[in-house]
Amino acid sequence: MAVYKAGMRLKSAVCSSQIMLVVAPARDVQLTCGGAAVVELSAPDASGGAIDPAHKQGTQMGKRYTNEAGDIEILCTKPGEGGLAVDGEILSVKGAKPLPSSD
Amino acid sequence: MNLMMILEMAVSAMGDRVAFQNGDDRLTYQQLYDAAGALAASLDDGRTKHLAMLDISTLALPIGVFGASWAGVPFAPLNYRLTDPELDALIAQLNPGRLVTDGERAARLGARLATSDGGDFVAVDTREALLATTRAADAKPREAPWSMDPDDTAILLFTSGTTGAPKAAVLRQKHLVSYVLGTVEFMSADERDASLTCVPPYHVAGMAAIASSVYSGRRVVQLPSFSPETWLETARREQVTHAFVVPTMMSRIVDALGDAKDAGLPSLRAISYGGGKMPLSVIEKAMRLFPNTDFTNAYGLTETSSTIALLGPQDHRDAFASSDEKIRKRLVSVGQPLPTIELEVRDGESGRALSAGEHGLIFVRGEQVSGEYRGKGSQLDAEGWFNTRDGGYLDEGGFLFLEGRMDDVIVRGAENMSPGEIEDVLLTHEAVLDACVVGVPDEQWGEAVAAVVVLSPKGQATVAELQQWVKDRLRSSRTPERIEFWPELPYNETGKLLRRKVREALRDDG
Repeated sequence: MAVYKAGMRLKSAVCSSQIMLVVAPARDVQLTCGGAAVVELSAPDASGGAIDPAHKQGTQMGKRYTNEAGDIEILCTKPGEGGLAVDGEILSVKGAKPLPSSD
Repeated sequence: MNLMMILEMAVSAMGDRVAFQNGDDRLTYQQLYDAAGALAASLDDGRTKHLAMLDISTLALPIGVFGASWAGVPFAPLNYRLTDPELDALIAQLNPGRLVTDGERAARLGARLATSDGGDFVAVDTREALLATTRAADAKPREAPWSMDPDDTAILLFTSGTTGAPKAAVLRQKHLVSYVLGTVEFMSADERDASLTCVPPYHVAGMAAIASSVYSGRRVVQLPSFSPETWLETARREQVTHAFVVPTMMSRIVDALGDAKDAGLPSLRAISYGGGKMPLSVIEKAMRLFPNTDFTNAYGLTETSSTIALLGPQDHRDAFASSDEKIRKRLVSVGQPLPTIELEVRDGESGRALSAGEHGLIFVRGEQVSGEYRGKGSQLDAEGWFNTRDGGYLDEGGFLFLEGRMDDVIVRGAENMSPGEIEDVLLTHEAVLDACVVGVPDEQWGEAVAAVVVLSPKGQATVAELQQWVKDRLRSSRTPERIEFWPELPYNETGKLLRRKVREALRDDG
């Protein structure tokens, strides 16, 4: 469990995913990717861990992921094969209606 | 959060794409990243607290924006049209800092800053020196990573302000990154897409365009100095697909096309415009000349990190094709708020939220809204709302109509009136090309309504006729007591009508 802050960069311990917290929940949560707790971006690369088959949704670069409650939002900054989850809840891609370019 | 993260993502997904182009010179995302790293390393001297850029758009601009973000130093683009004393006032607020400018100014300002109050200014560099050192083959990037603190200041933008000294609006990393993430889909642009940018760097749209384009992967073609001819020529040569213009530019492009049936730019898929009021006649002409182009009107402020409301392409087409006066009128609206923005029109005195059709002040709230000025702190209220000081109203469909700045409201007797409403009526007269309504001091009423009108080349109208025109359409208190005819109205180069100048001129002639 950990308290996260907006702007934090984290990475998966079991796949190549990298993420940034856009909206961080104001509570203690367990944030996982591929079923394993995410680690600081600067942490040494872990080896040997496998992706939990139930957490194989994959992450897509530039997509934002959110939970049902909407109190967490995560940006994928590097894609990977693991799926993101908060306290076991698989996060889904935040659908956004495409806007016309305005600048 | 940091703008550099946006660039880093672009590098990892499409590093070899051209990011920025100026004439024949180009920077790919990877080259931009490397140059930004080299600039960040040189800013890391323990003294430099600001990077100011006093220049037209060149490739040094994106290098400056991203390099400053990497180094954690606010980037301040300055208006190259300011006079030396005006610039001194701004530069004094950016000490200790480094200034990048053109060769002529570098020589002149360098000598002055070394001897005057600006003595502790770290350095004045030329744009060419910046480009050469940051793009050198042996340039080394800053070793330390950029900060991800969302509260770091990314950009300082001096707002023109109608009164007093210019204020620096503070745009923090979180405002700009939220704006980009909320409005742009990553890598949504095709590799062949190109966006023609002709707004000056010191305009918020110029800054927003840099961040948005990098995230979408759309090549930016810089047009450092606008003329309708070079705009058309560059758009054709570069097969430009997107463009942003301010209304005066659109008006000049339409004029330059003269009697042409079509602008001859089939590649141009989208034109967005903003930064001032677009006259109905200009947008209608533009839609005829660019029949296959999507038009988007964007409304935003410096303090809101650019766009907060949009009139999209379908809205344009619906309004253009409609015979219903209410729908047709939406062509001069600024559309609806972004999904990431909350917007309310409130009563100026009671602060009560108003319903459709009621006129008041526009308040907005959202992650991209800064509402902060340097030295004055945040102007957001306790609930995070920002008073734009723009007047307006929402129609029944939620379309927002602007009616000018609160500071421009005319108070005649106890009655508040917005100049925009009277100008709109004057502009519907066939002889009127342009109009500006201001309040002038009046002994009896406090302020009286005065208008300056520009007649179209063949148009003819008398003062009495125009007064009657307004009287027939609005309450009699709104009839201009004084009307003058001028050959043209004063605008700044980004298309903002300089009401202050009109007011001063009318006051001076009594």
